[in-house]
Amino acid sequence: MSTDVTPAPVPNFEETGSERTMVFICSKGTLDMAYPGLILANAALGEGIAVHLFFTFWGLDMITKKRMDSLRFTPLGNTATHMPQGLGGLPGMTSVATTMIKRQIASVGVPEVPDMLEQIVASGGHLWACRMSTDMMHLGKGDLYDGVEDILNASDFIEMTEGAQVLFI
Amino acid sequence: MPVATINDRVVNVDDEGFLTDYDDWDEDLAKVLASQIGIELTEDHWNAIHFLRRDYKQTGETATLRRVTTVGGIPTKELFTLFPKKPAKKMAYIAGLPKPRGCV
Repeated sequence: MSTDVTPAPVPNFEETGSERTMVFICSKGTLDMAYPGLILANAALGEGIAVHLFFTFWGLDMITKKRMDSLRFTPLGNTATHMPQGLGGLPGMTSVATTMIKRQIASVGVPEVPDMLEQIVASGGHLWACRMSTDMMHLGKGDLYDGVEDILNASDFIEMTEGAQVLFI
Repeated sequence: MPVATINDRVVNVDDEGFLTDYDDWDEDLAKVLASQIGIELTEDHWNAIHFLRRDYKQTGETATLRRVTTVGGIPTKELFTLFPKKPAKKMAYIAGLPKPRGCV
């Protein structure tokens, strides 16, 4: 063995992340806007970070049993699809676009929204529903995905997540 | 840092200490790697490590946590118990593989 070979470093798995809490406020109910929060929350959990997701307004669709399997995507008003804007309003276009984007998401090995939620809960993430939104939409805890821990009002949620890093999506 | 020693064995590693040559790894080395990050390997740990090794050989990529669960059949919750806090990276480290590249 040559003398200049040194012992290998050991990755520091313990120190980063252990004191960190991240909060993702999910406020959108379209398929494309459901994913950013779920992907980031899942990644944060994998880094040993405590994670809370708060579902509010249209984001409630992500955790409503009747709707969570059928979130949709529309190219309307979304210039990033690089389609003529008029096409987005044609009958049936939302279904076509939803099928296409679902296929693209699946092609990179990313699961559907309910499966993402299941993985987040299995990884120790916490799911909360917004009180005002559930009241507005006449939903009770029984209407929500089983992994949702509770329905909270905004101030309880703010209190509970003191010191956390917050992402509003 | 291409060449370094682990327990007096000369191996190839990256700057963080992850092995970079699939064939440098064996079970004795895995035990040393695990103990360096505070993990004592049980049958359940080996089950995950061996899946990662097999899967890497087939796909050329380190399995993500989700893949270890859906393809390897080990529940996510159990992985967090076996390899606390950062299961995907800890498993990859002990299995002598690069960190997973995928997001999910």
